[in-house]
Amino acid sequence: MNQGFFGIIENTPLTDNVFRMRLSGDTSNITAPGQFVNIKLDGLYLRRPISVCDCEDGVLTIIYKVVGKGTEQMSKMREGALDVLSGLGNGYDTSLSGDKVLLIGGGVGVPPLYMLAKRLIGEGKSVSVILGFNTKSEVFLEKEFAELGADVTVTTVDGSYGVKGFVTNAMDVDYSYFYTCGPEPMLRAVYNTSKTSGQFSFEERMGCGFGACMGCSCKTVTGYKRICKDGPVLQKEEILWQK
Amino acid sequence: MAEMKVKLCGIELDNPIIPASGTFGYGYEFSEIYDINILGTFSFKGTTRDARFGNPTPRIAECTAGMINAVGLQNPGVERVISEEIPKMKKCFHKKVMANVSGFSVEDYAYTCQRLDGCDEIGWFEVNVSCPNVHGGGMSFGTSPEAAAEVTRAVKAVTTKPVFIKLSPNVTDIVAIAKACEEAGADGISLINTMLGMRIDLKTRKPVIANKMGGFSGSAIFPVAVRMVYQVAQAVNIPVIGMGGVSTAEDVIEMMLAGATAVEVGAANLIDPYACKNIIEQLPSVMKKYGIEKLSDIIGGVR
Repeated sequence: MNQGFFGIIENTPLTDNVFRMRLSGDTSNITAPGQFVNIKLDGLYLRRPISVCDCEDGVLTIIYKVVGKGTEQMSKMREGALDVLSGLGNGYDTSLSGDKVLLIGGGVGVPPLYMLAKRLIGEGKSVSVILGFNTKSEVFLEKEFAELGADVTVTTVDGSYGVKGFVTNAMDVDYSYFYTCGPEPMLRAVYNTSKTSGQFSFEERMGCGFGACMGCSCKTVTGYKRICKDGPVLQKEEILWQK
Repeated sequence: MAEMKVKLCGIELDNPIIPASGTFGYGYEFSEIYDINILGTFSFKGTTRDARFGNPTPRIAECTAGMINAVGLQNPGVERVISEEIPKMKKCFHKKVMANVSGFSVEDYAYTCQRLDGCDEIGWFEVNVSCPNVHGGGMSFGTSPEAAAEVTRAVKAVTTKPVFIKLSPNVTDIVAIAKACEEAGADGISLINTMLGMRIDLKTRKPVIANKMGGFSGSAIFPVAVRMVYQVAQAVNIPVIGMGGVSTAEDVIEMMLAGATAVEVGAANLIDPYACKNIIEQLPSVMKKYGIEKLSDIIGGVR
């Protein structure tokens, strides 16, 4: 974990309400794809946890959807600096993947898979990506994944682009291992559809984001875990679905 | 040269800054980013007789200048605290620590404190009779003078270390409860725990927190905390630890003027993990600004 100020290089809309922000600062604590940063914003008490989309040479890329006061404030920023806690969470472990890897992302669960795809392709693995959205106008990052050399399939719930339906409608392919991030109903569906082991990235309301407050705890097969510190990534085998 | 030392029941603290229980774990998350031995001490995560998962999530809600939590005393239970957490803590913190203890019956409190009393690393007990997030325990002991006194007597009977009773602000007469604890043998009072609060999501029309209500903390509650610390410090002859929304060196001085011998910092640690370090570093210049040479001189110094 590190606290530092990150200067805004770019903050551009990718869709109606999804923005990409590129920031420059000390990224040395960001070591694994799937980690997140926690951002302090003026007038808001709690920091905003946002997943890392990419991180290279002191440039941090985050992609966020405007859902409330914090992300709305972020979307209006064009310059200046942000107080950022970086290097939070465990991130995805790429050592378990095998050679033929499937990545499954839904909505704003897609961004952390970008750095993961880059890492896996860098390790010489074959990567297929399923990106799920509600409708064509919400699709983002398709081209960027393709440019990394991943085989990309897009699904839309209304069928306005790519495969009609949910991400699980496109999962009937060969893979040795999978990684996923997205809304919880999607994670549950992926859990039930998947044929191999894999890793899931979870979301929860957080207090601190670095393991101090126990605000985001969950029960797992291997005991109580803090989503912010022991997660956000959990192994398929340790997940205990609640309710 | 600013003198920041204070004495808490016979044990000298290098400064009065104490991270509050539940916001600092057992210290080691913070020791990753700074040497936590600069602290006066810290109050470790509330410990109960048995392991507890706590409440369902969401456990956190944001408020103007504060937050609500309903963690519900998640902890590994006293035996694992002794066998795992304290040895881990000892590697990064070399001063006496404050043991925060909670329970669901008078016997629970006594049992847990008695088990911890043998740990050399512990300097003081902070007995939490004020947790708003558990049913059938916690705060129910801190809302009547008789129940608070009963817990105090039971813990004092089985321990050798100084015992602070941590009080709830969710009461009509906090002075009566503090006095009852003093008469029952408490060595000090710490206050305030969080204030019972609630938020409702306008889209879902459901409470934001799964447990519906939770403990409201953060800078918004600071004036309430100052008022209650002042009222209690005026009424008792034992040391008071002040807390509630403290986030700056100025807040620390204000809390001490109100009557606090030492000051706990809670929610601020969660927003800024360096909060206590920054306060300790800023205290000398703020003391100088207000003409304070020795911090211990200003305790209860409100005119």
